[in-house]
Amino acid sequence: MIKTDHLTKHYGQLKAVDDVSFQVGPGEVLGFLGPNGAGKTTTMRMLAGFVAPTSGSASICGHDVATDALAAKTALGYLPEGAPSYGEMTVRRFLEFIADLRGLEGARRTARLDHVIGNLHLAGVLGQTIDTLSKGFRRRVGLAQAIVHDPPVLILDEPTDGLDPNQKHEVRTLINDMAREKIIVISTHILEEVDAVCTRAIIIARGRIVADDTPAGLAARSRYHNAVSMQLAEASQLETARAAVASLPSVAAVEVSEREARVTALPKPGALIFAPVSELAARTGLKLKELHLEAGRLDEVFRTITA
Amino acid sequence: MHNVGIITRRELASYFATPLAYVFILIFLVLANAFTFYLGGFYERGQADLAPFFTFQPWLYLFLIPALSMKLWAEERKSGSIELLMTQPVKLWDAVLGKFLAAWAFTALALGLTFPLWITVNYLGSPDNGAILAGYLGSLLLAGGFLAIGSCMSALTRNQVVAFILGVAVCFAFLLAGFPLVLDVFRSWAPQVLVDAIASLSFLTHFESISKGVIDVRDLLYFVMLTGFFLLATAVALDLRKDL
Ligand SMILES: Nc1ncnc2c1ncn2[C@@H]1O[C@H](COP(=O)(O)OP(=O)(O)OP(=O)(O)O)[C@@H](O)[C@H]1O
Ligand SMILES: [Mg+2]
Repeated sequence: MIKTDHLTKHYGQLKAVDDVSFQVGPGEVLGFLGPNGAGKTTTMRMLAGFVAPTSGSASICGHDVATDALAAKTALGYLPEGAPSYGEMTVRRFLEFIADLRGLEGARRTARLDHVIGNLHLAGVLGQTIDTLSKGFRRRVGLAQAIVHDPPVLILDEPTDGLDPNQKHEVRTLINDMAREKIIVISTHILEEVDAVCTRAIIIARGRIVADDTPAGLAARSRYHNAVSMQLAEASQLETARAAVASLPSVAAVEVSEREARVTALPKPGALIFAPVSELAARTGLKLKELHLEAGRLDEVFRTITA
Repeated sequence: MHNVGIITRRELASYFATPLAYVFILIFLVLANAFTFYLGGFYERGQADLAPFFTFQPWLYLFLIPALSMKLWAEERKSGSIELLMTQPVKLWDAVLGKFLAAWAFTALALGLTFPLWITVNYLGSPDNGAILAGYLGSLLLAGGFLAIGSCMSALTRNQVVAFILGVAVCFAFLLAGFPLVLDVFRSWAPQVLVDAIASLSFLTHFESISKGVIDVRDLLYFVMLTGFFLLATAVALDLRKDL
């Protein structure tokens, strides 16, 4: 269990984190979203015991991060922002160093090291110094370091930043695999990631929590929630399509993208318009390339909430 | 305690991962010998001892030790690795001690490599080897004191140049405190107690008696306490602001 209680951090006049309270339980993967400078990293740093809160408190598995710091740190795997490490060390020596600090010994040490090296595909760079690694590999070493002791709680600050699409996928799979028995908090700027791995998302802006919901719940706040979008085979039909869709009583607004030859119908609150729109398209003789129901656009919700 | 060893080993290995270690040892040996033979008049004195070597030791350390200690914490702050270290289940004190011990062991190695001097005096005459051993002990303690000061200065900033300058300045103050020139200034107006107090804070006063072969518990205690004090101050400085 991760718990924060009125957590606040001031840097001089600036309220980097302002009265943040939340709890995360086992099985949850919490996505931490927010614009640059919103206070995500500062919150995570307080959870990891690196930055002392100005006021409020936080605990990891029941251990207060200020008064019972060692126990809290033992239960935690932490990837700091930018995945800092000791550049002059080789990947192997670095991971061994962390394993030693984490108290891993004997067969378990070997097994855990092999496990993270395998899972994060580091076998090819074990002998290379960290300074000479590419950004994505450095991030993977940081991730390996965070999970080497198989902690019950993981806090990862932008774990997929700088990874190629294959590695992003691998890391998301890794997080999903660990999600069942662990408590995981990740921060990210990639909104698909929220759908791909998170069971819950907290959006913070200017240090305050402005939304705390499931990804589906957030998407439902979008204007595009339950909107119907159709792409026409012939751009010449755009105007016909727009007029026809706009005439439906349950449609609140229509958006047209000429570049994509796309018409999007936004429903009135609570209305379900997929069936009427598809029937209408058939009746009017529109030639469709594609027709689909939208769940809602997270990026639009994000912009609206944090603006 | 287990963690102290792990951190010390990592640090020591990191010294030798870059040319820094070799450059430091080279410069240390060249300067130590230059001071002994040219400034100290090793041959001209016609005495079989290492007094010229030990006399200049504090001045050699004044610049070389801050150069070694400046990176202890400032580099961790700059690269961000301090965030990694401080979020491992390691006591702050273990990290401070581990890093200090690595730097100290490294200095001991450099000092140990001056052994040809010892061989030379034994070849040229029959010196008091007990006194020479005491001199090496004093030198090692002195290095420890300088390193602890340097560690504290390094913990105050993320800039290694600033750490170096602060280190030299504070070490210089601790050296000067024992100098007759400085003490005379105080003697003219301050009560004797104060003059003695200032003199007793000085590296020189305590180092000179040890390096002459007189091992007094009070001198040993002085170095242990001074080193301990500045290591504690390092921990306090880190604890106050980890994310400098
Ligand atoms: N050590 C510090 N001293 C002063 N201000 C700081 C310090 N660390 C962070 N801040 C400020 O606190 C605010 C929150 O920063 P934080 O790094 O938590 O943002 P973030 O949400 O992680 O942003 P990003 O998405 O860019 O990583 C910012 O305005 C930042 O400038
Ligand atoms: Mg951040």
